[in-house]
Amino acid sequence: MPAALVNVPAKAKRGAVIEIKTLMSHVMEPGYRHTAAGEVVPRDIITSFTCRFNGAEIFRADLFPAIAANPFLSFFTTASESGRFEFEWIGDNGFVATASAAIIVE
Amino acid sequence: MMRRAAIAILALLGAALPGLAGEIGESARRSGYEFMSADTKAMQDDNTANPAMLSVLDGETLWRTKAGAAGKSCSDCHGAVDVSMKGVAARYPAFNAASGAPVDLGQRVNLCRRQHQEAEPFAPESRELLALTALIARQSRGMPITAGDDPRLAPSVAHGRALFMQRQGQLNLACTNCHDDNWDKHLAGSAITQAQPTGYPIYRLEWQGMGSLQRRLRGCMTGVRAQAYDFDAPDMIALELYLTSRAHGMAVEAPAVRP
Amino acid sequence: MESMFDPSHISRRLLLQLAGTLAAASALPLVTVRTARATPAMLASAIRNLVGEAHVQVGKVRLDIPPLVENGNTVPMTVSVDHPMTADNCVKSIHIFNEKNPQPNIANFYLTPSAGRAQVTTRIRLADTQKVVAIAKLSDGSFWSVSVDVIVTLAACTEELP
Repeated sequence: MPAALVNVPAKAKRGAVIEIKTLMSHVMEPGYRHTAAGEVVPRDIITSFTCRFNGAEIFRADLFPAIAANPFLSFFTTASESGRFEFEWIGDNGFVATASAAIIVE
Repeated sequence: MMRRAAIAILALLGAALPGLAGEIGESARRSGYEFMSADTKAMQDDNTANPAMLSVLDGETLWRTKAGAAGKSCSDCHGAVDVSMKGVAARYPAFNAASGAPVDLGQRVNLCRRQHQEAEPFAPESRELLALTALIARQSRGMPITAGDDPRLAPSVAHGRALFMQRQGQLNLACTNCHDDNWDKHLAGSAITQAQPTGYPIYRLEWQGMGSLQRRLRGCMTGVRAQAYDFDAPDMIALELYLTSRAHGMAVEAPAVRP
Repeated sequence: MESMFDPSHISRRLLLQLAGTLAAASALPLVTVRTARATPAMLASAIRNLVGEAHVQVGKVRLDIPPLVENGNTVPMTVSVDHPMTADNCVKSIHIFNEKNPQPNIANFYLTPSAGRAQVTTRIRLADTQKVVAIAKLSDGSFWSVSVDVIVTLAACTEELP
């Protein structure tokens, strides 16, 4: 039951550059660690993050095992019109998580 | 790495021994926050960047989830967490009249589960227990710590203090040797700090996850190569209580970030 | 619910309920290993895979990482590129590499002109004191880079997971 935190301004002026912050709970097990018994702990990471605005991709990231647990990503976008941001995290073992946030542009 | 730390501890304290344990004066007390880098402070300060807030979110769901044979949720009895739990964590560990002993916040949650929800208690350091204690502790953020004020706790505070002063482990170190006498120094790359438990449960960068004060104390005991107290052992609770009373009046920061 | 944040902070929090479970992983007693390591040669090869035969110029890119890291498990990192973000002249992507982790890639970020500002912040893992490299690809096909040295200190008292 992973929790995600997404921070998008609820309102922005047209043309303003706004920051979007996301935090997703995930162990990001790198796949290079061994148990005390010597067995490799299999890799279990988020491999891809995408942010879309009104259906169009505005930001995407490929993530590798060097991304810390509970991945944090912050990036920018220009407020052009009111609408909805959709966030998607995809990872190993069928991991898929989504979130969304609306913005009103004046 | 442990061996390197052990050598560093001995090198550090070789000169300091056999100094008397000097307790820290009220005005000299500093939260672990003060020892952190600007980046780690920023991580704690921004609620949308503090990974401990994921645990708080998790706790909000658990707070409203019915559990146990009684089919009750925390909110069924306590209502809104930001009202009913405001200031509660600042008083913990607190005296439990039924057992005549102190209980910490995690134990209090588990007492509720057993008695009122008729559910199995959560395991120490379980995701659920950390989430609920993070949620509850968060409602005391910024409030002064008052744990230990209850006069019925005096014998436990004194016992906890004795444990803090008592040398233990293969390195033969007491908590006080580092955290009263050498808190302004470094051990390997890390600040030693004063061991003021203002932010628990914490998100520790080293753990890449949440943990309780008990987990942190067990880590310290392993560090001096002592047998760590069991989770929830009376000595563990007494030590937690002494540490918290030692931080009397300092602001609750939970859920904090620590390196 | 709103109590969790200062109301002046306009934020939306979303709790996602998912079918997958992650609970089991934390129960394993783990020790870190330092076997397969990236090398400067692997770093060079990873960069070559990105840029091909193109010349990588130094400049435009800025990498903010604390020079002395408190814990290599979680290192804040901000990368930014001093370049316009317009439809016909923009930063297409930013790629982060390291030289001593088990593999050289850290992250790739793909931007669009609507970003307004070519800047991304994340948190990375650095297994040891090492070099971190960021390379930006611009819409004109040119590559720009920066490299920084980061000192990673060892935690004094480590422990096994409970």
